[in-house]
Amino acid sequence: MAIVLDKSHRWRVVFAHIAIIGFICLIMFPFLMIFSISIRPGNFATGSIIPQTISLEHWALAFGFSYQGLDGVLMEPQFPVLLWLWNSVKVALISALIGVVLSTTCAYAFARMKFMFKNHMMNGLLLIQMFPTVLALVAIYTIFDRIGSYVSWLGIESHGGLILAYTGGIAVHIWTIKGYFETVPVEIEEAAKVDGATAFQAFRYVLLPMIVPILMVVFLLAFISGINEYPVASILLKSTDNLTLAVGIKNYLYPQKYLWGDFAAAAILSGLPITVVFLFAQKWMVPGLTAGGVKG
Amino acid sequence: MSSSMQKISQQLISAMVVLFGLYLVAKIYVAGQFVVALACLAVLAFGLFVYTSSRAYPYRYLFPGLIATLVFVVFPIVYTFTISFTNYSSRNLLTFERARQYFLDQTYTVEGGKSYAFTLHHDGHAFRVRLEDEQSTVFVSPPLALYKGPIVVEAQAPAAGDAPLSEPVDTKVLISYLPNLKLVSFHLPNGQLVSVTGLHQYGAVSKLYQENANGTLTNQQDNSVLSANMKTGYFETALGEQITPGFTVQVGWSQYSKIFSDTSFSEPFLRIFMWTVTFAGLTVLFAFSVGIVLAVLMDWDALRFRAVYQTMFFIPYTVPAFISILIFKGLFNQNTGEINQILALLSGLHPAWFSTPFLAKVMLLIVNTWLGFPYMMVVCMGLIKAIPADLYEASAIAGIGPITNFFKITLPLIVKPITPLLIASFAFNFNNVMLIELLTGGRPDFLDTKVPAGTTDLLVSFTYRIAFEDSGANFGLAAAISTVLFLMVAVLSLINMRLTKVNAQEAR
Repeated sequence: MAIVLDKSHRWRVVFAHIAIIGFICLIMFPFLMIFSISIRPGNFATGSIIPQTISLEHWALAFGFSYQGLDGVLMEPQFPVLLWLWNSVKVALISALIGVVLSTTCAYAFARMKFMFKNHMMNGLLLIQMFPTVLALVAIYTIFDRIGSYVSWLGIESHGGLILAYTGGIAVHIWTIKGYFETVPVEIEEAAKVDGATAFQAFRYVLLPMIVPILMVVFLLAFISGINEYPVASILLKSTDNLTLAVGIKNYLYPQKYLWGDFAAAAILSGLPITVVFLFAQKWMVPGLTAGGVKG
Repeated sequence: MSSSMQKISQQLISAMVVLFGLYLVAKIYVAGQFVVALACLAVLAFGLFVYTSSRAYPYRYLFPGLIATLVFVVFPIVYTFTISFTNYSSRNLLTFERARQYFLDQTYTVEGGKSYAFTLHHDGHAFRVRLEDEQSTVFVSPPLALYKGPIVVEAQAPAAGDAPLSEPVDTKVLISYLPNLKLVSFHLPNGQLVSVTGLHQYGAVSKLYQENANGTLTNQQDNSVLSANMKTGYFETALGEQITPGFTVQVGWSQYSKIFSDTSFSEPFLRIFMWTVTFAGLTVLFAFSVGIVLAVLMDWDALRFRAVYQTMFFIPYTVPAFISILIFKGLFNQNTGEINQILALLSGLHPAWFSTPFLAKVMLLIVNTWLGFPYMMVVCMGLIKAIPADLYEASAIAGIGPITNFFKITLPLIVKPITPLLIASFAFNFNNVMLIELLTGGRPDFLDTKVPAGTTDLLVSFTYRIAFEDSGANFGLAAAISTVLFLMVAVLSLINMRLTKVNAQEAR
């Protein structure tokens, strides 16, 4: 815009910068604090905000090493944080992979084929994805309890069961991928079919390579929601070594056993890689976010 | 691979899948789950049809995804409705058959009956039990797995040619197997039934309950009669005393009438409902307000470093929520938390964030606004970009300031497209069980309620606590509240779909 600017305009810009920087300090405060807490000794240190002595005890414990304190007492790691992170990554990766495969094939059929009940099914899926899983927790618990009494690796206390529970939520992915399929011209597949490709070959070798970007986005979204999921994991997993990070890490802050310093180091150690993946993915995620759906 | 080979291998694989499926169905049927077995058989048959008939070709792509959605999303919703009409809870966990069997399996020690000293012996991976009475009569059991489930085994006097037993296991091992041994009763050649009565002792026992022709159970010790009450889900004595364990029965609408007419439930339910609406509404309002102001600033061309600022603002969204919520939980801690340290330095205040209901609510709103504003900012930025620039140019010519611009141009043009997203965000926060469970756990609790209910509980975390934290584990009641919540979410979703449709039509 080419507008004549008066003098008050410059002051407004300066003021805006100051306000924004102040606000950034405010929202960054928890992260700065948690870092300072993770390098100050002890779990109850109520001293200065900026630590006077630096101690790596919490970090050593978070990495699973034992640590000898200044008073000679040996401190053992209380919780297997890295194992929890690994459990989370494992469950989220597998469920995201299965989810992408299932939703891609479904989306292909919805986007390209004609069959009975197509519109009913699509509207049904749209309706289903609006109901949060937390409302069916009792039923989910009972179902996996029953499954577990026949197949123990798919029941309560198993990662297999958790993965199964997560793969059900693909309705939203089907809609996202279907939208992308519709941007690819039909003529490309038709040309492949004229050259003698079957419908599946046209899908597998012609169409699929063209939609890799959206598959990446859906995969990342599914992976992130798998890592972040709390309610279902909290009712299906109970024993310490089995927990995912989302369920496990709260154990640090029980009132009876309040490990504030240890929590700080564990939170940074496990949260940082996930945050980096998020930040890396935000470029592709943002259009998906605005298209609909809320973080959850 | 030639095409005929491919065809044969395909057929082989599908035959194997079908056989495996039939095996599973048979296993479920044998386990007594007739309906589940039937459902699995139907899915298997449908799958077979889909993958062999050329007419059903499109369904080949849909089948796995739709089955996953049906089994793990649709079925749990339907199942929740079903559970809400039963008394399913930790006291009424078993089916009627299992509860009846439980009573029939109960035994009692016969007064003055013989007792036997016993030792436990390894036999390969299995175990054998050796019983000996005061007259040195010896009985030996066959090799037992000692796994689980109550069983009655015939024990015999050792024959002359038998291999000798190994050394008895030590007491430590014995104690570890005692719970399993308690499930094993021995039927001796002399007609006696014996069970574990002490660490080293088996005693004569007798079945506690005898089933009568009309289905009632007679207690052999005191001759009282238990009859199954299909209304309450318990076996009851003639005086109406309920004997646990109960069993699951249909109770009709009674869970719902509890929520709405029993004041000890309906009163906290109403209070929690009010807070849930307030919480979700205020969260959306605050997050949206912060988000739109930042979005407007990020659209201001005169401002430099906007890309850097934007990334910084986005960071709260990228940190996993379960970690940031717990960080806040620690920072808000009344005694050791850093927020109170700073407040004490600045003003001498020392607020009790977790034990004062009002402050706990304020804390929840602060944390949730912090978590939610980046999403709102990103959404608003997208919508502001779509506003035609000439509107602002015209207002600049008229000499109108930024505040008026915001309220007269930006906000009115954004409200309509963003309303569906705000409603979706409202619905999400309406059911935000993770925030409540991790930050306050619903506490501080009301002191005057029957079931545990907290001042900061949302309806959904209230049901979570009823089902999974309260020792009563009243699944039936929790399912009924969930069903009510389903209806509320459905209404919100319908409004939302209608609005989205209207917006889409206007955009055309």
